[in-house]
Amino acid sequence: MQTPFLEIKNLSAGYPGKPVLRDISLEVQPGELLGVLGANGCGKSTLVKTVSGLLKPSGGEIKLEGRDLLKLRSDERARLMTVVSQSPSLPAAFTAAEIVLMGRTPHLGAFQQEGPEDWEIVKEAMEKTDCWQMATRPVGELSGGERQRVLFALALAQQPRLLLLDEPTTYLDINYQTEIMDIALRWLAEEPGRGALAVFHDLNLAAQYCKRIVLMAKGSILAVGSPAEVITEANIRQAYGAAVIVTPHPLNDLPTTFILPGKKHL
Amino acid sequence: MKKLEQTEIKNWSETLPVRRAKFGVVARQTSPFFRTQRRRLVLVGLGLAGLIACLLLCVTFGTIPVPLDQTISIIWNHTLGLIWPVARTYSNGNDTIIWEIRLPRLLLAAGVGAGLAGAGALYQGLFRNPLADPYLVGVAQGAAVGAVSAIVLPLPAFLYALGLVQWGAFLGAVVAVAIVYNLARIGGEVKSATLLLAGVAVGSVMAALTSFLTYLNQNKLTSIYGWLLGGFNMTSGWENLGRFVPYMAVGIFIALLVGRKLNVLQMGEDQATLLGLNVPLIKLVLVAAATMMAAAAVSVSGIIGFVGLVVPHFIRLLTGQDYRLLLPLSLVWGAVFMVITDSLARTVMAPAELPVSIITAFVGGPFFLFILRRKKKVEF
Repeated sequence: MQTPFLEIKNLSAGYPGKPVLRDISLEVQPGELLGVLGANGCGKSTLVKTVSGLLKPSGGEIKLEGRDLLKLRSDERARLMTVVSQSPSLPAAFTAAEIVLMGRTPHLGAFQQEGPEDWEIVKEAMEKTDCWQMATRPVGELSGGERQRVLFALALAQQPRLLLLDEPTTYLDINYQTEIMDIALRWLAEEPGRGALAVFHDLNLAAQYCKRIVLMAKGSILAVGSPAEVITEANIRQAYGAAVIVTPHPLNDLPTTFILPGKKHL
Repeated sequence: MKKLEQTEIKNWSETLPVRRAKFGVVARQTSPFFRTQRRRLVLVGLGLAGLIACLLLCVTFGTIPVPLDQTISIIWNHTLGLIWPVARTYSNGNDTIIWEIRLPRLLLAAGVGAGLAGAGALYQGLFRNPLADPYLVGVAQGAAVGAVSAIVLPLPAFLYALGLVQWGAFLGAVVAVAIVYNLARIGGEVKSATLLLAGVAVGSVMAALTSFLTYLNQNKLTSIYGWLLGGFNMTSGWENLGRFVPYMAVGIFIALLVGRKLNVLQMGEDQATLLGLNVPLIKLVLVAAATMMAAAAVSVSGIIGFVGLVVPHFIRLLTGQDYRLLLPLSLVWGAVFMVITDSLARTVMAPAELPVSIITAFVGGPFFLFILRRKKKVEF
């Protein structure tokens, strides 16, 4: 068996008096985009927070290519991994390029200034995410979709090995949703030794973009496997408490979920 | 990575779209790299030149005006003139007025202005809130309690010679900022409303404590009031400047180094952590530097409001939000602002002197309202 790229073993985490993750174990293979699904409050965002180092776990291990992520300093961790999340508030007066340039922070010495190489990396990242043309515009003027591409460029400028996507397409129109996910797939295919873990709330987006999906419920893993194995009417009812119809996609046979208005149970 | 030639950078910078700059001027877009580096040097250089010119002009004003050429000769003879003296074309009286009275006072005013404005800019960046300043977050009032406590405590005189009042002010300032910060923080975010409320509340309690201490120690009324009223008339001579400079130097040094990190901190604490910053450590360093500057300023000049709010805001309106530019410019123009207001304070009603805090409040109050009005339309 292949050595996993990211290995999470028996991870538990939560907040004082309120455990959220219970004994989670999962693996991301090299070059893989692993999808994480689950209802609100099931712990998928807590999982991203814990893996990214924003939240200290109460138990368990997180290893990236065998290195213990929990023992790294924040700047060491920032050179290995980063998170693209649903649009956080950005300082409005900075230009898009200045924001993306901040991605170079973990690669610079404490009081070092950015050099031409860093600007070159910024330009490359912004071209990959199709936002170089808005480089000199203040981010406060950008639309939601444009801002999300700038945030993606920021993550790429950081040159991580592991990319965590925390519902990066929430609030975006469908054209931007596919665009963001296409960028993620292109980034993964570009070089070996990369991996990604993406939290979705859109079942269909996850089914289309991930070869393997983890379905979470109440802080533990309910199902792992291919989209067809995980996204079933029974699983969705158990994880979300919602009645749905799942049918194969007309073009590629991947499971596609339809909601049923007014019905909680079939 | 391959080192780039300058020409190459120039070439790719031409691919950048032209941006319509503020105030209707079309900026010729150069490489962002050179734009920031060169712009910073030019603007800070201009500011420093302005400060020197302003100091030279203001030092000549007063009840007894001293011509500019004489003033320059006097300053020259006390500094570089020790090696290459020029002819004395001035009276001993003018020499004393410029070198012993006005220059140290104006330099102290410049330092205090820089300290208050620098601290204001740092607090604004740290709290991610444009309304923060040493006065509004209660730091100044905290420093006052500390200083007055130090004045009224029956301690041996040599401690005062070592700067006990300054240390008292510093301690009071730190306590105040710690209380306000923790009161204003809700879920990791410091909001304008809670910050102002906490600042005003803590400031009021601190002010009441100061009044209480003053009431209990009426025999020391003169030294307490002399300190509280604010201004530079009580503090003349080079000694005070010497006592004040080390704290300011440390604060300024830190302020000039943290610009890039303060920019990253504007992304929010989580994003800053993801970008590799040790956020708790940075925040501690920033609070320490800002409080040190504010406390040093307040400890020599008493409570002077609004400088820390007005100056960084004015700079921000002109140059944007980049703290690498905002911090040095706030320091320089804070100094200029204070030198001018202090000169006004001692000349407007000459020979009587107005407390300088009256003049800063006259300028700062209306400006503060203007900012609040503007904030309704544009989010900072």
